[in-house]
Amino acid sequence: MRERFASGFDPFVIPFLIGMFFVLGYCLVAMVRVIAQLPKDDRKRFLLSLIKPKYIWMNLRDIFLNCLIHVKLWQRNKVLGYMHSSIAFGWFMLIVLGHLEVMLFVPERIHLFYYPIFFNYFVAETESTVQGSLLMFLMDFFLLMILSGIVLAVIKRFASRIVGMRRTTRLSLMDRVGLYSLWAIFPLRLLAESFTAHISGGSFLTIPANWIFRQFLGNDLNALPTWWAYSIALMVFMCVLPFTRYMHIPAEMLLIPMRNAGIKIRHPRKGFASLEVYSCPGCGVCIDACPMSVQKVNCKDATVYLNRQLRRGDERRIAEISDKCLLCGKCSAVCQVGVQGPELRLAQRERRKYALSPAFAGLDTAALVSAAASGGGPGKVLYFQGCMTRLTPSIRRATTSLLDKADVRWQLMDPDEGLCCGRPLMMAGRTEQARELIAKNREIIRASGCDTLLLSCPICYRVFRDEYALEGVRVVHHSVFFQELIAAGKLQVRHEEGLRLVWHDPCELGRGCGIYEQPRQALAAAGELVEADRHHAESICCGGSLGSLTLSFGQRVPMVRNALDKLTAAAPDQIVTGCPLCLATFVREADRPVRDIAEVLDERS
Amino acid sequence: MDFGFQLSPSSAVNLDTVDRRRYDALVQLEPDALTCIGCGSCSATCTASPWSGMSVRKVLLGLQRGRDGEVDRMLSACMLCGKCSMVCPRGINTRQLILTLCRLDKNGEVVR
Repeated sequence: MRERFASGFDPFVIPFLIGMFFVLGYCLVAMVRVIAQLPKDDRKRFLLSLIKPKYIWMNLRDIFLNCLIHVKLWQRNKVLGYMHSSIAFGWFMLIVLGHLEVMLFVPERIHLFYYPIFFNYFVAETESTVQGSLLMFLMDFFLLMILSGIVLAVIKRFASRIVGMRRTTRLSLMDRVGLYSLWAIFPLRLLAESFTAHISGGSFLTIPANWIFRQFLGNDLNALPTWWAYSIALMVFMCVLPFTRYMHIPAEMLLIPMRNAGIKIRHPRKGFASLEVYSCPGCGVCIDACPMSVQKVNCKDATVYLNRQLRRGDERRIAEISDKCLLCGKCSAVCQVGVQGPELRLAQRERRKYALSPAFAGLDTAALVSAAASGGGPGKVLYFQGCMTRLTPSIRRATTSLLDKADVRWQLMDPDEGLCCGRPLMMAGRTEQARELIAKNREIIRASGCDTLLLSCPICYRVFRDEYALEGVRVVHHSVFFQELIAAGKLQVRHEEGLRLVWHDPCELGRGCGIYEQPRQALAAAGELVEADRHHAESICCGGSLGSLTLSFGQRVPMVRNALDKLTAAAPDQIVTGCPLCLATFVREADRPVRDIAEVLDERS
Repeated sequence: MDFGFQLSPSSAVNLDTVDRRRYDALVQLEPDALTCIGCGSCSATCTASPWSGMSVRKVLLGLQRGRDGEVDRMLSACMLCGKCSMVCPRGINTRQLILTLCRLDKNGEVVR
């Protein structure tokens, strides 16, 4: 290889340099800002994690697997996985191989940023060597890989169903500019390299293209303009990148180490929250996943649009989207970047101002405390029904009946009246008030001296487990408790042949607490377990969730019907769930019996 | 003349002097409030009721009667558990109604 120009410079590299310095500068400032916005303890934790070998390895692995290979997307949809990883990994390899070429053939130019990118313009091939042709082959190979990804991307944009997406995001103007410039970069690169391939050398893609072009063009006059065009396309892409969804490329590389360090959203807009917003690639997987999307009018309220509005600062829409969400967590479950849609929305709700705030610190719970103290004791199970179970007394009857059958000594925490667990307040963004309720409830639990707290409502279960800090007390959902009793042989359940049961994973129990298998095992003892069309982490919210503040009763009905449709795909005889709220919601619309797991087990024991 | 009963002036509600700004603002923001038939299902199920006498029905009535102190006392006991919205025969989104009401100041303006 020999250099064609002694100066090693041509004006066409200037647009590229402008774009590159702009985007690097912008990302550097943004990164410093995000880190500076973190609360002090979070910042310390994050920076310390960066020097620990365990985290360094974790970060490198996750960045490679998620940002370049898009492993999660592959698992979800192979076509989309290929499309994204071919572009991301292919481009990464082009840059790496470009640097390798410069280091190998013109090492004195390695300090010039543009050399690895425009290598083929600046060098002429003097002799063909094995490494040379191998590198050329790889360059062409990865370029072809990217081009195949671009073809898929174009198809996806105009006919998303072909690649397995029902709906895709509506792009903003800036996103379009970014998208079209991204599409333009690689065909232009192919053209530019093809025009100079007879000088610089090339491989299976560029040499034949060069030969074809020379048949009817016959001169090199087209080379420089295409290199200019390639450089300008790069500049346009890099200059609009910070204002488009492509900001997720640099943002995700910071998001992954922060998440690995255990940083959580502490401010609705700043620090980690803003990083999550910018990490959203706008792919729109959350639109199809969202249970609200059964109605077209709600499609604009998916997490991808929340992120867009948070970037734009449209307060009216932010409030609207934040308050509507059911907080079922499915968007987080399917998001390949792991943007926490519900947590982002809760942070917005917490920010709201109120003229009047409830206060519970002054509530006189002495009667409940003394009742718990007299009836409880070590070895006993304290059963908290919670608001929703008190509205569906059959669940309480079945639960206590099962406890009696298994010879478990129990005590009711809220026999006639009781307090709420605090989770509904938290879902409305009133965390401080929820803490007051939590303190009151904790007092009652401590006074009882019981070592197990049994819940028949997943909404209560989640908050008791995560927020109550009850050391020495086992917090357990009734479905898990009964499964253990069955497994230990303390509870005999008659198996009914031919009784088809489908388990509905309540959002708070499944995605919220990761409990999927125990209820299924318990149900399998009573009948034949069939699966819904969407189950486990992809289960569909019943539509009755307290998470949504603004969805009216009527607006929820299509969601309930859709959830029921998916649940009954395998034609079960009964729908079984472990949440009194899901039960009450389904009962209204279902065409077959909807039961709580305790009722099903109690009937057959 | 003695009718055998008398009105106690201290608790008589004079509807002409009632300041209904908060109720009017609520109706503007949550028109659902108008569909309440006062059946009392919400009162019967309310988790906060045993502690404070809270009831969405009484809150709406109190607002129209100018019983502001009583309304505020009830509202500040609500735990937002959502049972009232589940039992409401008119499908009123009572939880959102309460939250909206809490956002209104004495003049019926949304606090920002």
